[in-house]
Amino acid sequence: MSFISYFVNGLSLGSVYALIALGYTMVYGIAKMLNFAHGDIIMVGGFVIFTAMSTLSMPPIVAVLMAIVVCTVLGVVIEKVAYRPLRNASSISVLITAIGVSYLLQNLAQLIFGTGSRNFQSVVSVPAWRINDKLTISGETIVTIIVTTIIMIGLTLFINKTKTGRAMLAVSEDRGAAQLMGINVNRTISITFAIGSALAAVAGALLCSSYPQIGAYTGQMPGIKAFVAAVFGGIGSVPGAMIGGVALGVIENLSKAYISSQLADAIVFAVLIIILLIKPTGLLGRKMNEKV
Amino acid sequence: MAMLTIEDLHVNYGVIEAIKGVSFSVEQGEVIALIGANGAGKTTILHTITGLIPVKSGKIEFEGHDLCKTPAHKIVQMGMAHVPEGRRVFQQLSVYENLLLGAYTRKDKAEINASLELVYHRFPRLKERQKQLAGTLSGGEQQMLAMGRALMSKPRIILMDEPSMGLSPLLVAEIFDIIENINRDGTTVLLVEQNAKMALSIANRAYVLETGRLALQGKASDLMENEEVKSAYLGG
Repeated sequence: MSFISYFVNGLSLGSVYALIALGYTMVYGIAKMLNFAHGDIIMVGGFVIFTAMSTLSMPPIVAVLMAIVVCTVLGVVIEKVAYRPLRNASSISVLITAIGVSYLLQNLAQLIFGTGSRNFQSVVSVPAWRINDKLTISGETIVTIIVTTIIMIGLTLFINKTKTGRAMLAVSEDRGAAQLMGINVNRTISITFAIGSALAAVAGALLCSSYPQIGAYTGQMPGIKAFVAAVFGGIGSVPGAMIGGVALGVIENLSKAYISSQLADAIVFAVLIIILLIKPTGLLGRKMNEKV
Repeated sequence: MAMLTIEDLHVNYGVIEAIKGVSFSVEQGEVIALIGANGAGKTTILHTITGLIPVKSGKIEFEGHDLCKTPAHKIVQMGMAHVPEGRRVFQQLSVYENLLLGAYTRKDKAEINASLELVYHRFPRLKERQKQLAGTLSGGEQQMLAMGRALMSKPRIILMDEPSMGLSPLLVAEIFDIIENINRDGTTVLLVEQNAKMALSIANRAYVLETGRLALQGKASDLMENEEVKSAYLGG
């Protein structure tokens, strides 16, 4: 395989990380919490598609839409039931709750689908693109890059150009001042969870199509990587999550290709540590002003 | 019937009782000053009125509505705007976006644009800087933006918390001129200030707050002559 092919596959993996990282970073920015159950939403999305396609024989596009709906509702419900009652609790309580939700989702998946991995039928039917004898780009890679690019552009426009988007920015900067403007903070947080979970569903569809396996722990590692990507880009920053995700995917794939496939994950985390040593707020992160 | 009535208000700040039974009222069209030293509880009272801090006991009534149980985000729609202490403009958003957020609960685009023109007319400097990020403005400009943002909701009453804080005497005079103008155009003002001299100079009536209780109240012109007020708040 050539460098270009490693690089393009890295871009594809990285853009999936970016989609997941957006969920982390938006929830952190707006609800001021780390939602460690976010990665498991990917897994739920994957299982919805798996069930819809294999058991119910639905066409892939319908299965993906179903996954988006299920994950969106699930994200909003989790926030309402598990996190909202802790809105004024210490952040460590919220963090522990999030980890608890993560275990709950993983164990529920094991209960329903068993402990083993299942083969996942790709939702992508685009043929691979054969550029020359040495270079072929898979349909999954092409679709992933196109879909994530469209989503990221759309999300950027939504946040910066719509009233709801501006309300999200206002809540993330100063919750109290946002309330004084008449912004319903609880509603804004629900919308954020809905968007983040919908993106996780799409990420689940793309990820499971590229790496055609699904199990209860499918979301765990991508979730952690995406969290690293969000921190790498500057947690709370939307463009930071996009850049961080893509960069991480490319670094991971190139490390696998040229250094060691076993050390790739270690290298990814080492890069994070180096970035945080040089710039503790991440690439595009801002210093948080502590409010008295 | 007063526009805003506070009756026997008690508020806890953490475990400390910050407000220990305060009663006062604001009539339509007035400028009311709430003065007192740092930590007397002035800001706490404003935050309680607009729902950012919960009431422990007592009554807050605005134009017949009970505000004690009203969530913070519903209050601006009722015609009450709050210019918070320290301006709290949205630093990462432009001046224009900040002003639009001020009109968040309003629907009619044409009316919002009309309000925007009025704000730009009142604060020409905001118009010059409409595309600039609010965080890059000077302290005085941020104060103007916070006031303009509050006016964008077309309030009948505006609560202002320490508008003079950190500003040069020249700017303080300019800001107080603007507050007088806003009042003259029909908006009731509840003003919290440490700068008692300036506050009393534009207020109709004033209340003096001392560690969570009202110590004195009366016409602003009388309080200005009061020996206690003179020695404690007006620098002898």
